[in-house]
Amino acid sequence: MQPHTGLETRDLACERGGKTLFEGLNLSVLPGQSLHLQGDNGSGKTSLLRLLCGLALPLAGQVLWAGQPTTQDREGFLRDMLYLGHALALKEGLSALENLHFAAALSGQAWVPGAALQALHQMGLRGREHLPLQVLSQGQMRRVALARLGLSPARLWLLDEPFVALDTAACGVLQELMQNHVARGGMVVFTSHQAVHWASGDHRSHRLGRA
Amino acid sequence: MSALWSLLRRDLLLALRRPSEVLTVVFFFVVVAALFPLAVGPERATLRMLAPGVLWVGALLASLLALNRLFEADHRDGTLEQMLLSGTPLTLLVVAKIAAHWVLCGLPLVLLVPLLGVLFDLSGDALGVLALSLLIGTPVLSCIGAIGAALTLGLRGGGVLLALLVLPLFVPVLVFGAGAVEALAAGLGSGAHLSILMALLLLSGLFSPWACAQALRIALE
Amino acid sequence: MRRIAWTHYAAPQTFYGLAGVCWKPLALLALALALAGMWVGFMVAPTDAQQGEGYRIIFVHVPVSWMSMIIYLAMAFWGVVCLVFRARMAGMLSQALAPTGALFAFLSLWTGALWGKPMWGAWWVWDARLTSELILFFLYIGFIALTSAIQDPRRADRAGALVAIVGAVNVPIIYFSVKWWNTLHQGASVSLTRSPSMAQTMLWGMLLMALACWVYALAMVLYRTRSLILQRERHADWVAQLPELSPGVRP
Repeated sequence: MQPHTGLETRDLACERGGKTLFEGLNLSVLPGQSLHLQGDNGSGKTSLLRLLCGLALPLAGQVLWAGQPTTQDREGFLRDMLYLGHALALKEGLSALENLHFAAALSGQAWVPGAALQALHQMGLRGREHLPLQVLSQGQMRRVALARLGLSPARLWLLDEPFVALDTAACGVLQELMQNHVARGGMVVFTSHQAVHWASGDHRSHRLGRA
Repeated sequence: MSALWSLLRRDLLLALRRPSEVLTVVFFFVVVAALFPLAVGPERATLRMLAPGVLWVGALLASLLALNRLFEADHRDGTLEQMLLSGTPLTLLVVAKIAAHWVLCGLPLVLLVPLLGVLFDLSGDALGVLALSLLIGTPVLSCIGAIGAALTLGLRGGGVLLALLVLPLFVPVLVFGAGAVEALAAGLGSGAHLSILMALLLLSGLFSPWACAQALRIALE
Repeated sequence: MRRIAWTHYAAPQTFYGLAGVCWKPLALLALALALAGMWVGFMVAPTDAQQGEGYRIIFVHVPVSWMSMIIYLAMAFWGVVCLVFRARMAGMLSQALAPTGALFAFLSLWTGALWGKPMWGAWWVWDARLTSELILFFLYIGFIALTSAIQDPRRADRAGALVAIVGAVNVPIIYFSVKWWNTLHQGASVSLTRSPSMAQTMLWGMLLMALACWVYALAMVLYRTRSLILQRERHADWVAQLPELSPGVRP
């Protein structure tokens, strides 16, 4: 079996509101690597993430997954990829456990309530699994969203500002999750204004926008 | 397939926990039906003649009110994006959304019609045909309206824009729906009208989810 | 046989040049045709046996009605091109067509009413064709409203394309349903175009007017598309170097 070539972009160009944010972008994220996207506000970090997951189509260029354009084997790529955007993708009327159940059903994953409860406990939400999300704080809701990471079999994580609104302890848990994922051969592409200090592993960064 | 049922159950559960949205639609329908006799006078013959049209227009406007919110909440909290990225065909998920919308906002109207028909002194036969025409017609309204809701997602003035886009497309449903009852009253039998409504339901059921999925992709790009 | 490089003209810059050359002669041609058509219609064609002089309004009403429908079909066609081939120009052409189409639909309604008053004594009759024309007018307004409300031009193009396609598919259904509704309620439907026999000159008059409308629409679309191109490509270098923009002033 050929080694997985991971995520690649070739000559990627993006425009927003009539302005070209970037062009000729060539990136590569191999299994076991993470990529930290940096740049000022408006430099196109979120746009790039949306191009990578396929929500938006690029002005020019291609996004490749395992050597194939993501537009070709779309379903295969989507099942291997997890995207968490600015919005949490959680229903406030449902409980944390119900939200995780729905997310699993949506992506065709098997549902193991025990594993889900454990993921929630790991994120510090013991005792709050069955409460409707609207009574939780912003930080707690973010942790529910991040609990999905522990449950998902996806190899590629695309995370937009995952550290926002998390306290130090939760930041630590998230970083550990990302580190373990990368160590197991997964890939993470994330944006963050904060600097991240990794204990080990192959972590790169890329700066967008005019220097 | 299980994703479809999951989404349907989720929407029904959410509506159950926050019923105000559904009740607004139902209440609007009742108000429209109650205001008309006040506007045109209590004479029974007039009311009986106007009833199919009034109740159909009321149902149409009530559906329009609810269509605005079809994708809005999911769009705001990011679940819509996840649906696009889930690997499940978007068309199937749209079918689930439309089905949930109909169960919550169309079916209550159908169930209320016998009660409201009494306000207009409609005969039993006429009430039956009216309810049947709404039963077949309201899903068509949900299907067609969903395309408009997807196109106007996140736009300012969305409600009015949605109405403008979608009302011309509602005309055939209105014509055949209200026409069915009037045909019955004219002694011509409602079979033809109801068959055409069924045909419209099949057509819109087959094509609208696909068109709606395209519209969602366009809106989220 | 020289092959026309369509893709060459699909680039905004070349289209801008081509449209700039074409639209003024087309506008003049439209004017000439309209004058000829109106001369035939109002001066040459004989008085109708049943409807007297008032029928002459059909020389405006019928051509604009035809054009309002043809333009909507053209919008739907460009809509398909826009969605399937992701061509930028197709979206712009659709949006450029819409105001002219809406104008023709509006004129059709007004001329229909102007005809109706002397003929049937009412400013508006719920004739199947007039009602369908009214709904078509609403479809145009909906298209224009939606494309104006969306800020992102690419999303506006694609949303408009979908609206045009869905509308075009529904127009036959709407027409059929309105016809059904009309016959059920009014019995004999009064048709504005079912004249028993058309004198040759009448046909010629209508044809000339129809051609005039078509050429006018072409001229207006080219003109409007040029404006849209300038708006969308205002950051491009070739726009800054256009002779019609004063040197040293960026758009």
